[in-house]
Amino acid sequence: MKQQELLNIPPFTEGINRVDGKLKVTGAAKYAAEFNLPNMAWAVLVPSTITKGTISTIDTKAAERAPGVLKVITYLNAPKLPGYDSGKDPSKPPTGGGPLRLFVDNTVKFNGHPIAMVVADSFERATYAASLVKATYNKESFQTDASKVLDKADTPKGPRFADYKRGNPEEWQNAPVKVEEEYIIPIEVHNPMELSAIVAHWTADDKVTVYDKTQGVKSTQNAIAQAFKLPPDNVQVITKFVGGAFGNALRTWPHETATVMAAQMIKRPVKLVLTREMQFNSVGFRPYTWQKIRIGATADGKFTGLIHEARAQTSSFEEFTEGTVNMARFMYACPNVGTIYKITPVDTNTPTWMRGPGEATGAFALESAIDELAYKLNLDPIELRIRNHADTDPENGKPFSTKYLKEAYEMGADKIGWKNRPSKPGTLTEDGWLIGYGMGSGVFGAGRGRATVKATMQSDGILLLQTAVTDIGVGTGTAMTQIAADAFGIPSSKIKFELGDSSLPPSPTQGGSMITSTVGGAVHDACLALKEKFQQLIGNGGSDKPDYAKVLKDKGLQQLDVTITSSGSSEMRDFSSYSYSVHFVQVKVHPKTGVTRINKVVSVADSGHIVSPKTARSQVVGGAIGGIGMALMEEAVIDHRFGRYVNADLAGYHVPVHADIPQIDALFVNKPDYKVNPMGAKGMGEIALIGMSAAVANAIYNATGKRFRELPITPDKVMI
Amino acid sequence: MDEQYNEGLPDGQGQSAGNPRRDFLKKSTLLTAVALTPGVAVKAAENHVDEHVAAVFEKLPVDIEINGVKHNVLVEPRVTLLDLLREQLNLTGTKKGCDYGQCGACTVHVDGHRVNSCLTLAVMVDGKKVTTIEGLAKGDELHPMQEAFIKHDGFQCGYCTPGQIMSAVACVREGHAGSEMEIREYMSGNICRCGAYPNIVNAIMEVKAGGQQV
Ligand code: FES
Ligand code: FES
Repeated sequence: MKQQELLNIPPFTEGINRVDGKLKVTGAAKYAAEFNLPNMAWAVLVPSTITKGTISTIDTKAAERAPGVLKVITYLNAPKLPGYDSGKDPSKPPTGGGPLRLFVDNTVKFNGHPIAMVVADSFERATYAASLVKATYNKESFQTDASKVLDKADTPKGPRFADYKRGNPEEWQNAPVKVEEEYIIPIEVHNPMELSAIVAHWTADDKVTVYDKTQGVKSTQNAIAQAFKLPPDNVQVITKFVGGAFGNALRTWPHETATVMAAQMIKRPVKLVLTREMQFNSVGFRPYTWQKIRIGATADGKFTGLIHEARAQTSSFEEFTEGTVNMARFMYACPNVGTIYKITPVDTNTPTWMRGPGEATGAFALESAIDELAYKLNLDPIELRIRNHADTDPENGKPFSTKYLKEAYEMGADKIGWKNRPSKPGTLTEDGWLIGYGMGSGVFGAGRGRATVKATMQSDGILLLQTAVTDIGVGTGTAMTQIAADAFGIPSSKIKFELGDSSLPPSPTQGGSMITSTVGGAVHDACLALKEKFQQLIGNGGSDKPDYAKVLKDKGLQQLDVTITSSGSSEMRDFSSYSYSVHFVQVKVHPKTGVTRINKVVSVADSGHIVSPKTARSQVVGGAIGGIGMALMEEAVIDHRFGRYVNADLAGYHVPVHADIPQIDALFVNKPDYKVNPMGAKGMGEIALIGMSAAVANAIYNATGKRFRELPITPDKVMI
Repeated sequence: MDEQYNEGLPDGQGQSAGNPRRDFLKKSTLLTAVALTPGVAVKAAENHVDEHVAAVFEKLPVDIEINGVKHNVLVEPRVTLLDLLREQLNLTGTKKGCDYGQCGACTVHVDGHRVNSCLTLAVMVDGKKVTTIEGLAKGDELHPMQEAFIKHDGFQCGYCTPGQIMSAVACVREGHAGSEMEIREYMSGNICRCGAYPNIVNAIMEVKAGGQQV
């Protein structure tokens, strides 16, 4: 039996192996904190112990005297950064607000707000000395519980967040069948395995190189250049590998700027690695969000009205916004739709985008409510969705560039065995466990931005592609290599893709599922342009698959290169483009202990042509697992009496581990969308997660007959 | 010599005569006594004299064999094996994911057993053999587990990967790779936030089924 189970290894997906796989399995891949420079010093931050107020005294003497300490930086001795003077003052009340800055004044805006940075000649000495910094405070009253100030929420400025109305949204009230429910998600923290880190090294008085954990080397280059008033070319940002980020390295955070400042002060390279605890209050999080869905349908399941309302937390000094309610506007054909989005400031650091961002939050509510409506209508949830399928974009009337959502429903339903789903909840049992099936769908905009790629045919016959993108783990280099192999017509082993350095031609920040399309499009165009250049060199009658190394040699050239900037076609404006996902889950729930186990998962992606099957599969599997964590485990808990996280580590903040996760089927519709880019590929980073938490909640309802509208669905809530 | 510093180990041998740590304790007591004299104390502190003297004695000699290479290092007793590897020996293949023993990113082998190097003080591995991810391959020839991770795409960002691989090798060696379920159970100390779990399990199953020497 055992032997058989062992031999029953699921086949791996075809497609090339990760181009950086060998570096990753041998430990040779270098992440930000792993650039150890000569004469480097280590920095450690001292977090505030109060939540709000001002520092009245700060005693750094003992720390300064501790062995190996080179500098203790506080607001009292930090130099004024030239770029900070001209920018907006973040302490002014939020009118959009401004980003946090460290060591500029004595205010404390949230618990764990860094009040000092200790720099020493070793990590241990810096850590010890940091414990010697003592502050006294003038405490002020604070509020960290967004649920208590939902009534103070306001609509953010700007047209994107204004209330949306199509037809008469209140029509839902007149429907024969309706659902009006509230849904809540807690604070979730990205918690990638790599801790946020930076090594800053001033190579001249006005030149700095930073090895940084960032999703955008160009945007970090600009942020640092701005803060120090340097020409961007004087700032080099190197990010060869990123150990996961999921959104937490989209911004350049103030501790990064502070480390650059420290290196300037002590005239030595400085390394800062945030502790795991500091990941909770230094690099963003998915905000607590309250939502309400009101939806009505005719007896045969046609939506008559839908209102999606959300209120989410932001910080006291900065507005953070995301597209929580947007999906309601275009996912289903419904003549009467309204959305309302508001944010409410609390005394935490500012939230930021976390994988799937607001759409994942919104999809939990919307896709749960539609499930609830399906049961009320006595309709299969897939059938209900098909009856309200949007053939054209209901928000703007445009046709979809491509949309194969119905195929995705069918593929997933087939694979999971949807026909075995009990239509009456709580009726299927196995060995004392309740079995249930659920599904949920996700959607995310697909577009193409602008990127510049340099393509060089080298004398050794290797095609070198260069651009300043990063790879947070999804396999950008691998996908780009496959795109280039197709476009240039040479084997992938002859292609080298170089990324992660701001001095390379510009590319956008990695986020929002845009990179395969944007950078891939530019790689494709650069390859075609270089091919064309070769054809001109060879002249008519030459082979269209020449031996490039030989051509260069014959022509006496060292190399031939092109640099191409490209972006989406104007044709795209006439279409609506989205990637879609449909997630199916089979759960078993133990009625006595409330434990939910995930038995089966099938995630289907309609994201155009799949350029890199192996990495694409991993991305979808990873997203599904992120969604399972969101549904069942993840919650950063603040003790609101103190404004402090009580589970700011990986023992207290639960994420899925091996034992929680079964084999996962990732299926692809795999039909190209050539309107978006020449490869016909659309993004899948976000849709891999969006809709998954609803699928799990819906499956738990199917298993137990209990509806959970507040995440995470932990055993204590499920226990009967 | 090796046995002299074993008192920190679970099976510690206690101290033997002439232990420099004792000497250090004696000397630092002396120092403290001197420092209690007011004027001197202030002066010594201001000039960092006490710390400079203490710094020398605060370090202990440790002999470790890492990936077949002998290292004689002087480390402070508070230095973890993980930080010794990453910050002092530039062996950055071993990762820090939490520093609290909660994630497994720092997994290495000490005398063939998997341990969290963030929970292991460097002085505790005196006289021991440590294998890190950098020491798994034989030159250019990858270890079967490394090959299987590449083939099954057992990672995305790669940050948990060294720990997963070191744990996976140990899991097979321990005889805990008998079934998919058993592998999941015995690999649960290694978190992968990218969610490569199914691929990792498949890689381990293949290595186990292949029956190669790990
Ligand atoms: S770093 Fe050692 S277990 Fe996480
Ligand atoms: S591969 Fe990124 S954490 Fe495992």
